[in-house]
Amino acid sequence: MKWIAAALLAGLLLLLPLFAGDFYINLASQILIAAIFALSLNLLVGFGGMTSLGHASYLGVAAYISALLTSRYGFGHGAAAIISIAGTIATAAFFGIIALRATGLGFLMITLALSQVLWGLAYRMSDVTNGDNGIAGLTRPMPFGISLDGAAAFYWFALIVTSIAFLMMAIFVSSSFGSSLKGVRDQPRRMAALGFNPWMIRWITFIYAGFWGGVSGLLYVYYNKYIHPTSLSTTSSAEALLGVIAGGSGTLGGPVVGATLVLLLKNYASAYIERWNMLLGLVFLFIVLVMPTGIVPGLSKLMTRLRRGPR
Amino acid sequence: MQFWIIQGLNSLSLGGLLFLLSSGFSLIFGLMRLANLTHGAFFMLGTYFGATALRAYSGLNIWVTALGAGFAVAAIGGLFERLVLTRLKTNPLGQVLVTLGMSFIISDACLVLWGGDSIPVPTPHNLQAPTRVLGFVFPTYRLVLVGCAIGAAIALYFLMERTRLGAMIRAGVDDRQMARAVGIPVSNLFTIVFCLGAGIAGAGGVLGGPILSAYPGLDADMLPLALIVVILGGIGSLLGAFVGSFIIGFIYTFGTALFPELAYIILFLPMIVVIAFRPQGLFGRVGA
Amino acid sequence: MTVSRRQFVSSVAGAGIASMAAPSLVFAQNSGPIRIGLLAAKTGPLASGGIDMELALTMFLKERDNTLAGRKVELIVADTAGVPATARTKAQELIEKNNVHCMIGPLAAFEALAIADYLTEKEVPTLGVAAAEDMTQRHPSPWFVRLTSTSAQCAYPLADYCAKELKYKKIVTIADDFAYGHEMCAGFQRAFEDNGGKIIQKIFTPLATPDYGSYVAQVKTADAIFLGTAGSNGFRFLRQFIEYGLKDKMAVIGGMTALDESVLRNMGDEALGILTTSWYSAELDNPLNKAFAPAFRKQFKYDPGYYAGSTYVSGEVLEAALKTIKANAEDKKGLMAAIRSNNVQTVRGLVKFDEFGNVVGDVYIRKVTRSDGRLVNSVIKTYPDVSQFWTYDKTAFLKNPVYSRDYPPAKNLEQ
Repeated sequence: MKWIAAALLAGLLLLLPLFAGDFYINLASQILIAAIFALSLNLLVGFGGMTSLGHASYLGVAAYISALLTSRYGFGHGAAAIISIAGTIATAAFFGIIALRATGLGFLMITLALSQVLWGLAYRMSDVTNGDNGIAGLTRPMPFGISLDGAAAFYWFALIVTSIAFLMMAIFVSSSFGSSLKGVRDQPRRMAALGFNPWMIRWITFIYAGFWGGVSGLLYVYYNKYIHPTSLSTTSSAEALLGVIAGGSGTLGGPVVGATLVLLLKNYASAYIERWNMLLGLVFLFIVLVMPTGIVPGLSKLMTRLRRGPR
Repeated sequence: MQFWIIQGLNSLSLGGLLFLLSSGFSLIFGLMRLANLTHGAFFMLGTYFGATALRAYSGLNIWVTALGAGFAVAAIGGLFERLVLTRLKTNPLGQVLVTLGMSFIISDACLVLWGGDSIPVPTPHNLQAPTRVLGFVFPTYRLVLVGCAIGAAIALYFLMERTRLGAMIRAGVDDRQMARAVGIPVSNLFTIVFCLGAGIAGAGGVLGGPILSAYPGLDADMLPLALIVVILGGIGSLLGAFVGSFIIGFIYTFGTALFPELAYIILFLPMIVVIAFRPQGLFGRVGA
Repeated sequence: MTVSRRQFVSSVAGAGIASMAAPSLVFAQNSGPIRIGLLAAKTGPLASGGIDMELALTMFLKERDNTLAGRKVELIVADTAGVPATARTKAQELIEKNNVHCMIGPLAAFEALAIADYLTEKEVPTLGVAAAEDMTQRHPSPWFVRLTSTSAQCAYPLADYCAKELKYKKIVTIADDFAYGHEMCAGFQRAFEDNGGKIIQKIFTPLATPDYGSYVAQVKTADAIFLGTAGSNGFRFLRQFIEYGLKDKMAVIGGMTALDESVLRNMGDEALGILTTSWYSAELDNPLNKAFAPAFRKQFKYDPGYYAGSTYVSGEVLEAALKTIKANAEDKKGLMAAIRSNNVQTVRGLVKFDEFGNVVGDVYIRKVTRSDGRLVNSVIKTYPDVSQFWTYDKTAFLKNPVYSRDYPPAKNLEQ
């Protein structure tokens, strides 16, 4: 039963471009990008117990480095991608050293502050970043000579990357390292007493989350062919965080569902409902009141209850 | 010389404004361990209430308006706490989601009700003429605002240290289980403190109005400032919020005047340093 | 992806999926209404302007019974929220889902720049509102025209007026720290200094500035201060400027958005006497505007300004072009050519385009006065047929870098 559902879903995802119009294919591509981003943030929030409000930093750093290298310094996309990811990892490693000195609200604020500094630099250093005008006229890469300019081609490309990302993050959290991460989240003192190094475990997770944030940033800039400081703003970080929590933090499906929900409300429902911001707020309130731990855990609880039959 | 005096006064008035903004946040966090991300929206709501009332009735007193707006926002905050937040006491991520969700709702409702224009909050008539300070001209209202903040700080101090309610709140801050064990109705206390915090934000919104004006996005501009102040001062400490407000006032004013290149990051750099080296803030007792 | 395959798949895929199918199938060529897309920021900090853009365009179409050049028109409005990535998604929605024939907007330069290459790639005729200089200078698009003004286009006449008629010698400029502010102040500085004036201080304030007090206190003594601001920030700065008693010491002048009608309607007597420059004023004395402005005021209880004017003029230009091509909006090349070659009488005066697709039109120096109890921008001087290159040589102009924070360099700053 479960396998049939999974196969159906996979088939639907694969074949989507055959029956949907360009607009819907593009919408799906954006959902995939947002999903990677939310999944990577969830490594921190859900599995690591570190609520970050600055995750857009990594998306933005990767996107900006790639945009600058390809548009201004004549790099090819392959080299630019590698350098962007390396730059993102370095940024995450550095930010991690600073941010992991704090916990709880302090961690939330320091990640916010660090990303605000990057945002400020992107705005103010207009000689490098083109400031508020953003960097326009970017191109998409051509892996193996295949053009990604069509909506469908890009979608399949994003789908491949997303599948790899999902798999890699699933392996990460179910590995023994993932178990120790959850241990550090729930019982940091006990884990330290058992000989684990909680700081190191958190730091590695922080970098790994930054890495996948960077990957989503690359897809983001390929998709939009444009990058602007707003991509680094608190709003983009907050949107992802809200998606993770709404979908269900600490699960693998939750961030995907949450990111899809936020993106659809923002980019699709907004065409029909003028007050989409209010709707977004109401949906969040509703979710928390009905399913306090998020959509995916809430639904799976409901399913088990239904399967057991009415009491 | 003029530069230092005028900018010094500017720092003080911004500090006063920041205290009115952040003391409520600090109060709520201190007792409830809840980062109320709706706080900026409560402040903005107060500003819009003030703008509407003061523009409709030109004889209206700004202090009365602030009090009224404070009560109105406190009532909204109280409802929100009773209906929603009270179910999420042990769910910090859920709290993030609902408080941000609530701020989306409030700011969109403000856009519907008041439109996209900036609406000024008129400065009180008798405070419109600038004051001469040591031969320099300075807006009178800004000086009065510093007095307001100091008055509010003293009132809050007495409330916390000299009243029965204050004693209960302090007990709740120190040890929630113990407070409950000795018969303090912690749940009601939570509602009262949340109303109080929201109310101060609403009243502060009116009082800050003549400087800030009401406009879409005021909430998003103010929330980070409140967070910065309480993080710097120490979360849950009123003294910390007071000192933190004025420190931020000085850093911001002199920072933007002396190093305009750093205007974008001037507020965040000191915070990063403080959290990295003193995570509990300047006056905080426990880590957040 | 060929149409035939989609057609086949969608015909077998059933009703649920049919609604998702490419809309080009649903609307056959040259039938049904002309679909116009409007990109406007209706939420977020730019909402004030975006809302007015929608109101005026809706009003324009309603006056014509939603019919242009004899063919029905459907307006689809998309909210960009003032965010570039959202603007792009919304542009895709209008083009790929709603299949619009032409586009009006968006408002902010960064929104326009985020979608410029996409619109060119999709060959959608676009009537722009954003002011980014290079969109009609060093990087023009055959599919883009602008019928408002570049950032600096309206600033030149005011600089000329300040130097020649008001005999100002020293001016301070202040603007939001983004491209629109940089470009406008740069253009003002260039024209003012070429006429013997000096810009002695340039202040740029971050977009999210909680308190303008520290900036107001920095303003140096000069003949006037030039506000290159837009929306709520300039308004908040000006109020603080007045609170500090500085308006009695130096004159206040402003660019095309600083004291827009949308700002004036929330101000009091403190605004009286301020000079600004724009390509429009609700007070303009031409027959079209004499009909439009009072009608708008009657309906919405306030005066139309920059934003309402921009979409109304867009409507007028579009209508003229559609008449030329006999409402055949499917002929995008023809539509674009007609837009560019027509000279159209509009509420702002005669609109012509240069070869880069930017408007050449009258620019007005306006003074805030009181009329019928409300504040208005009354026109005190008209500069006819102002081009985006002002009086400068076009070729030399385009060889220079685009205006920015540091170009042209300010040589007369006082320490």
